[in-house]
Amino acid sequence: MLRPFELAEPASVGEASALLARHGEAARLYAGGTELLLAMKEGLVHYDYLVNVKTIPGLGGLRRDGDGTLRIGAAATHRAVERDPVVREHFTALARMEADVANVRVRTVGTLGGNLCFAEPHADPGALLQVFDATVRLERAGRARTLPLEALFVGPFETCLEGDELLTEIAVPPLPPRSAAAYLKFGFLERPSVGVAVAVTVADGHFADARVAVGSVGPVPRRMREAEAVLREKAIAESPAALEEAGRLAARAADAVTDLHGSAEYKEHLVAVLLRRAFRQALASLGVREPS
Amino acid sequence: MSDVAVAVTVNGERHELTVPPWETLLECLRDRLGLLGTKKSCDVQVCGACTVLLDEEPVSACTLLAFEARGRRLRTIEGLAEGDDLHPVQEAFVEHGALQCGFCTPGMIMATVALLQENPTPTPDEVKHYMRGNICRCTGYKSILEAILAASRRLAPGAETGRGA
Ligand SMILES: Cc1cc2nc3c(=O)[nH]c(=O)nc-3n(C[C@H](O)[C@H](O)[C@H](O)COP(=O)(O)OP(=O)(O)OC[C@H]3O[C@@H](n4cnc5c(N)ncnc54)[C@H](O)[C@@H]3O)c2cc1C
Ligand code: FES
Ligand code: FES
Repeated sequence: MLRPFELAEPASVGEASALLARHGEAARLYAGGTELLLAMKEGLVHYDYLVNVKTIPGLGGLRRDGDGTLRIGAAATHRAVERDPVVREHFTALARMEADVANVRVRTVGTLGGNLCFAEPHADPGALLQVFDATVRLERAGRARTLPLEALFVGPFETCLEGDELLTEIAVPPLPPRSAAAYLKFGFLERPSVGVAVAVTVADGHFADARVAVGSVGPVPRRMREAEAVLREKAIAESPAALEEAGRLAARAADAVTDLHGSAEYKEHLVAVLLRRAFRQALASLGVREPS
Repeated sequence: MSDVAVAVTVNGERHELTVPPWETLLECLRDRLGLLGTKKSCDVQVCGACTVLLDEEPVSACTLLAFEARGRRLRTIEGLAEGDDLHPVQEAFVEHGALQCGFCTPGMIMATVALLQENPTPTPDEVKHYMRGNICRCTGYKSILEAILAASRRLAPGAETGRGA
C-alpha cells in the first residue's frame, strides 16, 4: 500500500520548478512512477507531494531537427522511442536498445527521462546515449543549461540535477557518415549486469573514430576514452589485436563493483567480450569485413 | 488537489470515479469496481499477473496509479468474452492446456491480446520477447507459446474462424 500523498499537476516547467523549490525534500517529480512508486511501496522513501511531469505540454514528444539531431522529450516513454519510425531508421541501435529495456509494461509507462534521472547503475540508456554524444537539457524557472549526458551521472542514484531542476530534453546528434553504433548487454536478473555501447566510423579501411561506453558495471555509465584512443586511426586489418587491447583498458577503467549482478572480475571479463562483439556487429552493419 | 476525478471507460462501460492519488489501478479495479480477474502477485512489475490494457497498451495495474486512467479506455480479462463466447485467445489457452492454477492466465491473455493487435503474425521469438515480463509458476511456457501461436493463426486477417482483434 502506498502512503497518502498530494498530487500536483503543473502546466509548465516554471510552475513545476516553483513547486519543487517551495516544498523542498517533501516533493518529488513523478513521470511513469515505475521506479518511484516501487521505492515508495517498499517504504524506502516517502514524499508528501508528487509533481506530475507528464502534464507539462511538450515534454512527451520526439522530433528530428534540420541537422539530423534527434530531440527526445524527457517524458517520452521507452515504447514511444522504440517504435518511432525516425528512431528506427536513423538511430537503429537506440530503437533496439529501447526494445530490450525491462518488459513491455514497464516500457509502456516508464520514461527515458525517468530512467536517466533515477541513475540506477544497472540501466541501459545511459551507456548507449553516451556514444552518440547525447546532451541533456536541465531547466528550472528562469534558467536552462545543456550538459553532456556523462555529466548528469554523479554516483549511484545521484545526478547533478539541482533540487528545483527538471530534465526536459535529451538531444542525440546523428553519427557521421559511414558510422554505426551497437549496444550489447548481459544479465541474468531483471536488470543488466554489464552493458557495452560502441560507435565506429570507418574511412579507407581505418577506424576514423571509435567511441566506447560501459554501463551497469561500476557506479555510473562512462565513456572509456583510453580504449577509444587505442582504436582511433587503427587499420581494420589490425583490429583483432586493437580490440583485445581496448577491451582490456575498458575493463580496467569501468570501475567494476561486486554486487548481486556478479563479481567485479566477472564483469570485467564480460566488458572485454562484449566490446569485441559490439564492434564486430557495428562493423558488419557497415558491410566491413573484419579479419578474425 | 486531493482526490482526482476519473472518467474512465472500463470494458466498454463508462465510470465517473473519484480516487485518491495514491490508489493503484489494481486496487481501483478489484476493490472499487469488483473486477477480480486482474491478479496481484509480485506487486513490483516483474510477473505480469496484473496486466490490463490502457488504450490497448499493456500496463501493470499493480504499479500504475488509478488516476492515470482518466479519459482513457481500460480493458480487463472480464471485457474479452462476448456473452458465453470466449475470446479466441481465451479459447486457444483452454484448447492448448495453457494453464494449471490459472493465476497468471488473465495477465498472459491480456498481454497476448495486446501483442496480436500490434503484430498479428508474430514469430515464436517475437512472442517470447514480448511475453518476457509474464511469469507462470506452474504450466511451463511450451503450451502457452503454442496457445499464443494458435490464437494468432485464428485471429490473423483472412483466417476462417474467429473474429478480428
Ligand atoms: C521490473 C523492472 C525492470 C527494469 N529493467 C530495466 C532494464 O532492463 N534496463 C533499464 O535501463 N531499466 C530498467 N528498468 C528501469 C526503467 O527503465 C525505469 O523504471 C523507467 O524508465 C523510469 O521511468 P519513470 O518515468 O517510470 O520514472 P519515475 O519512477 O517516475 O521517476 C524516476 C526518478 O526520476 C525522477 N524524474 C522523473 N522524470 C524527471 C524529469 N523529467 N526531470 C527530473 N527528474 C525526473 C523522479 O523524481 C524519480 O526520482 C526496469 C524497471 C522495472 C520496474
Ligand atoms: S503483480 Fe503487477 S507485475 Fe506482478
Ligand atoms: S497457471 Fe499457475 S501460475 Fe501460470
